[in-house]
Amino acid sequence: MTSRIAEIFHTMSYGPAPEATNAAQAWLDEHGRKLNLFINNAWQAPKSGKYFTSTAPATGDKMADVADAGADDIDAAYQAARAAFPAWSALPGHARARYLYAVARQIQKHSRLLAVVESMDNGKPIRESRDIDVPLVARHFYYHAGWAQVQETRLSGYQPVGVIGQIIPWNFPLLMLAWKIAPAIAMGNTVVLKPAPYTSITALLLAEILAEAGLPPGVVNIATGGDEAGVSIVNHAGFDKIAFTGSTGVGKVIRRATAGTGKKLSLELGGKSPFIVFEDADQDAAAEGLVDAIWFNQGQVCCAGSRLLVQESIADSFLAKVKRRMNTLRVGDPLDKSIDLGAIVDPVQRDTIDAWVKRGVAEGATLFQPDVELPAKGCWYKPTLLTDVESSMAVAQEEIFGPVVVAMTFRTHKEAVALANNTRYGLAASIWSESINLALDIARKVKAGTVWVNCTNMFDAASGFGGYRESGFGREGGEEGLHEYLRPVWQARPQPAKVDLTKKWGDAVPSRPAPLNGHSHADVSAAPAINRTAKLYIGGKQARSDGNYVRVIKNHDGTLAGEAADGNRKDIRDAVEAAHAAASGWGSRTGYNRAQILYYLAENLSARADEFAARIAALTGAPAKDAAREVEASISRLFTYAALADKWGGTVQETTLRGITLAAHEPLGVIGIACPDDHPLLAFVSLVAPAIARGSVVVAIPSETHPLVVTDFYQVIETSDIPAGVVNIVTGARDVLSKTLAEHDDVDAMWYFGPAEGSAFVEAASAANMKRTWVGYGLPVDWFSREQGEDEAFLHEAVQVKNIWLPTGE
Amino acid sequence: MAVREPRTKSTANGQGQAAHDDARNPGIPLDMGWVKSQRVNTSAVERRAATMGTRRSVKKDWQAAWLLRAITCIDLTTLSGDDTPGNVLRLCAKARQPVRADLLEALGMADEGVTTGAVCVYHNRVADAVDALKGTNIPVAAVSTGFPAGLTPHRLKLEEIRESVAAGAREIDIVISREHVLLGHWDALYDEVKAFREACGPAHMKSILATGELSNLRNVAMASLVAMMAGSDFIKTSTGKEPVNATLEVSLVMCRMIRAYYERTGHKVGFKPAGGLRTAKQAMNWQILMKEELGDDWLMPNLFRIGASALLTDIERQLSHHVTGRYASDKYMPMG
Repeated sequence: MTSRIAEIFHTMSYGPAPEATNAAQAWLDEHGRKLNLFINNAWQAPKSGKYFTSTAPATGDKMADVADAGADDIDAAYQAARAAFPAWSALPGHARARYLYAVARQIQKHSRLLAVVESMDNGKPIRESRDIDVPLVARHFYYHAGWAQVQETRLSGYQPVGVIGQIIPWNFPLLMLAWKIAPAIAMGNTVVLKPAPYTSITALLLAEILAEAGLPPGVVNIATGGDEAGVSIVNHAGFDKIAFTGSTGVGKVIRRATAGTGKKLSLELGGKSPFIVFEDADQDAAAEGLVDAIWFNQGQVCCAGSRLLVQESIADSFLAKVKRRMNTLRVGDPLDKSIDLGAIVDPVQRDTIDAWVKRGVAEGATLFQPDVELPAKGCWYKPTLLTDVESSMAVAQEEIFGPVVVAMTFRTHKEAVALANNTRYGLAASIWSESINLALDIARKVKAGTVWVNCTNMFDAASGFGGYRESGFGREGGEEGLHEYLRPVWQARPQPAKVDLTKKWGDAVPSRPAPLNGHSHADVSAAPAINRTAKLYIGGKQARSDGNYVRVIKNHDGTLAGEAADGNRKDIRDAVEAAHAAASGWGSRTGYNRAQILYYLAENLSARADEFAARIAALTGAPAKDAAREVEASISRLFTYAALADKWGGTVQETTLRGITLAAHEPLGVIGIACPDDHPLLAFVSLVAPAIARGSVVVAIPSETHPLVVTDFYQVIETSDIPAGVVNIVTGARDVLSKTLAEHDDVDAMWYFGPAEGSAFVEAASAANMKRTWVGYGLPVDWFSREQGEDEAFLHEAVQVKNIWLPTGE
Repeated sequence: MAVREPRTKSTANGQGQAAHDDARNPGIPLDMGWVKSQRVNTSAVERRAATMGTRRSVKKDWQAAWLLRAITCIDLTTLSGDDTPGNVLRLCAKARQPVRADLLEALGMADEGVTTGAVCVYHNRVADAVDALKGTNIPVAAVSTGFPAGLTPHRLKLEEIRESVAAGAREIDIVISREHVLLGHWDALYDEVKAFREACGPAHMKSILATGELSNLRNVAMASLVAMMAGSDFIKTSTGKEPVNATLEVSLVMCRMIRAYYERTGHKVGFKPAGGLRTAKQAMNWQILMKEELGDDWLMPNLFRIGASALLTDIERQLSHHVTGRYASDKYMPMG
């Protein structure tokens, strides 16, 4: 008879290597397998009286009953956070740093228990929770302890936002919690966090650890629950900010629900991130990278490299390597230390994945799945490769959120970029090439918040994470992430009146000639002034408006100042197209070149300063002295952004990568700007100059009441070497034009400084393509003041941060 | 491609000591286009190597079985200036009986004929070792060609190989001229290794690349390919005398080249890490590397060898722990 050892000696098979769960089971037992809400550092039974059952996806076994918070429970959690806010936010940074440091240390001390419970609850392999998730959780608290320590010196112009409502998904329950909580409390905010119902348990375990670390009651409150709890957080009037990570669909709902409330919002949403392999890549490394890209966490990763783009010349050999590698993946018990893919979080999710795969095959894709054994019981999905996929297939466009990669080929570098960017998302990208020129060139051209060169799914607290396009806005991590939890000290939380978003907005009847007025009494003894026609300024040309209507513009004294074109939807359409035509050329100019042009703009404005001052005085009724001051301030502001055209390019992030992580400040693209009525020149310059200084192009709607100073200004633009299409000016009814811009799918951001009502509608309309918005809620802005009129906020709003990870080493 | 070794009790030593009966790597003409097309991304290799041992865990009976398998892959080595017939005889005795009989019995492995893969010595000790291993199927390997630096005249290197083969060495571990790699003289490297291979005749040739002296991983990849094109039966990381010897990173690169060569030519070339492998844990990391990157065939001694001396004792201690449940001491393990 052969011993088992002798048998294995010949087969050389892998055996089971289970992680012990005794501590995790004991913890659940000690809580009676019934977990309540964590409010004010105490367990509170839900007022709703409801619980839901949380199961382990690998076994289907119940782990615990978890409280299902209702609206009253969310309010109780909110009240706790609100009560804790004054004392917490008033603490010196050093004191908060001590708390966060204690939290980081306690997390490390309980790291194995956290990892085991996380793997049980979510189904992810213990290797990932143990080696990736939990160490990153501790890292986030360490990193942000540091920011608390230096807050008073490094972030002196800012104050905490207030009480934050945070909603996180089920794919990285602990890590997403850390991403949300650490920066928020470090900066002096207090929070109510709702975990996803599939995976609530580690949040409650961590809550206990927070209390153990001595965090004061109310600073962090964990409210478990489902849709009702989530809706209650989003709609609760008290929260000063909502931070959400989850699907783009829900993100859009939240954007609309919070529109016009004055709540800050950050959204980290879906993705369909490209994984681009060039013919000069290390193909074995890239195949291994693909494992980390799409089979990490069973592909349930928002930034998963789910679209494989491989150069046609190496497609066969690379796909063969991928298939070989797939054959060695092991699927099974997430607590087994030799498992690559654990369980899918829930049968609902598995069925969704399977439906996508079947649809892909029905549309013509070729399916490859390795011959791996799946456990008899539990919720699993095989690693899946779909080849023969074309962009037009749904599986190439839609986020599958499972272990499924779709493969497409490209012929040229240009086509690689085109395919990579042929998506509504923009969360991440991975680029594989041994040519530094090629890799960096593509890294700059791909529209994504994170770009990994010759690596993938690398994360660190020092690097901001977040998306372009419908992948959301806001960053988590890095210095840029702090600003999601800060507001300038001069600015109070906007509290705009409630706006009824169901009523019609942005509608106007085109203008008619002025009623009988001063002209009818004109002195016949002198020749009249020459009739001037202010046109639109689109694509570097003065353009008649599509509708051929004009608006009568009066001076402050009621006399006719002139007419301005009454722009309409089609003028906006044309202006956006002109802007796009100019965008890439302008964005790729050097900062030095843009600075020179801005200086030249200031120079040419200065030459006509008296004329502009006179126009401002006549239009607005400002005293001559103030009008002259507005022109001088505008000139100074142009100098400011000429100065900053080459001084805001980004930073090197100090991540754990051996190499360089660049936080590049990239142009946003096409920005729609609706100017306020007051200070028509200074406000226009204050908004347009930072945008173009940082490489974006704009479609600007000047002051509705005083547009003529801006139409005068386009003559200055024309003489200042600003390329056609970089600044486009459409006059008319602000809200009509803003509505078109806010809804436009090809506009990347909308800044709106009209009234509160319009602010609300712009925020709501922006949800269509998840463009970034920046609105004034009708609050007055002191455009002359440096802190309000040329604050760092203008620069933050003018760029998006792309983190480029560049490993080094030879 | 991961074909399990057929279990044949008739094979001596239970090792599948088939290396010497198998079809050998005949080599192929030098293909410079292929050599030059190699790309190796160092940081990506490092990441893969770093997680090799964290993605897989081999425990309990599996651990014991894997470690016993590792023993059959050890080229039990002594390469010291003061080697005498006496210490070589002792080493050979250990090679024949690498694990205490009572432990093998307890592990249910008494009938498997576990021995090390080979004994590896300098030329002057070959005859002693061959003599000491009579009656076994354990081959004697001789390091050769001006080992370790390889800076002796080419003519003498060929002569050294022939003499060792004549003295009974069935395996020859040659060293390449590093200058050919560092200067990009790939044709010279090819010619050199091909000449060594011819001189080896029936003896199997392991080509030591001395990766610690090749500057970078791309050079390791290209040198691996050239050495295989020239007919190496094994490629081997190091002499054990370089400042940096076997690492998982260079091993990963070499294994990927072995796989590429096999996929293109159908010839299976073996792999031998050497230098610095002292612990059972390390040995298992390398076994995981072989299984994951090349498949089960490359876990057997005809395609996998570990050049080591102290490693065997550590493995024996682990096996003792498996049997007794107590942590073990060297003094209970007969020395080699």
